[in-house]
Amino acid sequence: MSHYEAPIREPLVLGDKSYHDITEDIAKPIEGAANKNWYIAFYISLAAMLWGFGCIFYTVGTGIGVWGLNKNIGWAWDITNFVWWVGIGHAGTLISAVLLLFRQKWRMAINRSAEAMTIFAVFQAGLFPIIHMGRPWNAYWVLPIPNQFGSLWVNFNSPLLWDVFAISTYLSVSLVFWWTGLLPDFAMIRDRAVKPFQKKIYSLLSFGWSGRAKDWQRFEEVSLVLAGLATPLVLSVHTIVSMDFATSINPGWHSTIFPPYFVAGAIFSGFAMVQTLLGIMRKVTNLEDYITRMHIEYMNIVIILTGGIVAVAYATEFFIAWYTGSPYENYTYLSVGAATGPYAWAFWSLITFNIITPQLLWFKKIRRSFIWTFIISIAINIGMWFERFDIIAIVLSKGHLPSTWWRFEPTFVDVGIFIGTIGFFFVLFLLYARTFPVIAQAEVKTILKSSGEFYKKRSEQGIPTKPAINVASAEGTSDKNNKE
Amino acid sequence: MESSKVIHAFYTDDEVLMDAVKAVKAEHHHIEEVFCPFPVHGLDKAMGLAPTRLAITAFFYGITGLSFAIWMTNYMMIQDWPQDIGGKPSFSWLENMPAFVPIMFELTVFFAAHLMVITFYMRSRIWPFKEAENPDPRTTDDHFLMEIPVHNNEAELTALLSKTGAVEINIVDKH
Repeated sequence: MSHYEAPIREPLVLGDKSYHDITEDIAKPIEGAANKNWYIAFYISLAAMLWGFGCIFYTVGTGIGVWGLNKNIGWAWDITNFVWWVGIGHAGTLISAVLLLFRQKWRMAINRSAEAMTIFAVFQAGLFPIIHMGRPWNAYWVLPIPNQFGSLWVNFNSPLLWDVFAISTYLSVSLVFWWTGLLPDFAMIRDRAVKPFQKKIYSLLSFGWSGRAKDWQRFEEVSLVLAGLATPLVLSVHTIVSMDFATSINPGWHSTIFPPYFVAGAIFSGFAMVQTLLGIMRKVTNLEDYITRMHIEYMNIVIILTGGIVAVAYATEFFIAWYTGSPYENYTYLSVGAATGPYAWAFWSLITFNIITPQLLWFKKIRRSFIWTFIISIAINIGMWFERFDIIAIVLSKGHLPSTWWRFEPTFVDVGIFIGTIGFFFVLFLLYARTFPVIAQAEVKTILKSSGEFYKKRSEQGIPTKPAINVASAEGTSDKNNKE
Repeated sequence: MESSKVIHAFYTDDEVLMDAVKAVKAEHHHIEEVFCPFPVHGLDKAMGLAPTRLAITAFFYGITGLSFAIWMTNYMMIQDWPQDIGGKPSFSWLENMPAFVPIMFELTVFFAAHLMVITFYMRSRIWPFKEAENPDPRTTDDHFLMEIPVHNNEAELTALLSKTGAVEINIVDKH
């Protein structure tokens, strides 16, 4: 749309693109056939997934005792992985909701994939609360359903029950938010489809979207309200997850800083995962003109911001542990236990991967480098796994009573299930990248004229974005109502 | 009043479309529908569409969710089985309220979000097996289509529309 845009802003869509070019570029990965590399990646992920399912069946069939847990450390890899996956999911909602509220145009090329990542990550996360139960077949007892036990209800005081509500609300709201945004894009694929089967599938998926002016008006209002609802939702979900720990009495867990600190960590790790995935996806789907260096840099800036918040939170925790005068807190945080004890490797992995490595992003050269971004994003994913592992396992390994001090050693089943969830995640993501429009074309088309390279260059030369026609009767320009 | 024919005017640019909509409105023609591949900001105002009330419905759905959460926690935890679980006061709802806040919040969001989206789907008549109603497949790619009913004024309308930069003008039977 023709409106003033500061020349200082870098273009978000590179090249001389028209609306139709955007359609073509986004439809191409769906309409073409998968290449060999896709099949290799898919079968590796599928094998990992099946292995993980095997481990899950083994656990459920034999008992939780096949894991490395013991009577003092009742949570370790299960809840670590749960929190890790939930955390990864948060970036998707942040990109699609928070950045929408802040009118960040650069979100448009990445929001679809970031939301897909959210949904697939929350699927993985959702497995753990079920499979870490001793009697998972009774899992439906967490729901407040009228029953034959004199209507025996659940206990609403427990953060684990809040988790049930938080995760299921989060997953379902993210899903409808994502799907509603997909309707115009599925409609585009539907209207292009030549194969009857494809046409049928995308007709079904697009819910008969026709793109009327009224539909678009409602669509935008729904998106905005959903963004407004999803923003507090995303903050609340990881807050509630953090309360699993923060509302306990364990020194090292009982901490009021956890809710915001977990949320910051979630955004930190989530953006790292987006970087990992998009760094590859932009190449293999030939969408480099849409997911540009600029997008990578902006995401890196968010990473360094949230990484800074996490670093401040670590420092705060250690300061308060010293300041509190409680010997238990003191011991948990300041004793040799963490930095030199049996989990020193985990502690130092956390510091290295989470606090030190991301500082490289202060350098513009590194921040704008695809290779460096990829390496650092992997480091953060590892570091944030260790953060959850350290919080959970180190704290549980040395509690109030020295006679309960014990260590945790994972078994192959612990590891296998985690690998399985990674496989499952990539199976879903790879299928998604082949069948879904990975960029929200309807949204990118709205910014083409204001932020496309071609139009930006033209408007710098004073050429209007509107093609010249002989308009005799129509007076006035279209500027008045165009905010974005 | 009901016309049996409509004009389909195609445009390939959103700004040209906006001007065309304004020109057509200025000539006091009724615009039946505009089909766009993406949201054209300000189009609803130019067409004179009433603002949507979906946000208002979301607010009331949210209130419903909050009320439901309050009723549920109060009934289950305070009225039905007022037990002592870990020393938490179950004498009145307010005393144990902080523990219910996460549930109240989540249910508010849950109701507001889902019921609003369902309302949107119902009002815009979109659901899984719905047949698409855009008259031309190009309108989901890069064409904009303005539909205007014809009342024996085909020549006048066609002249007007071609002046506004329409790339293609068809007169078709109303479906």
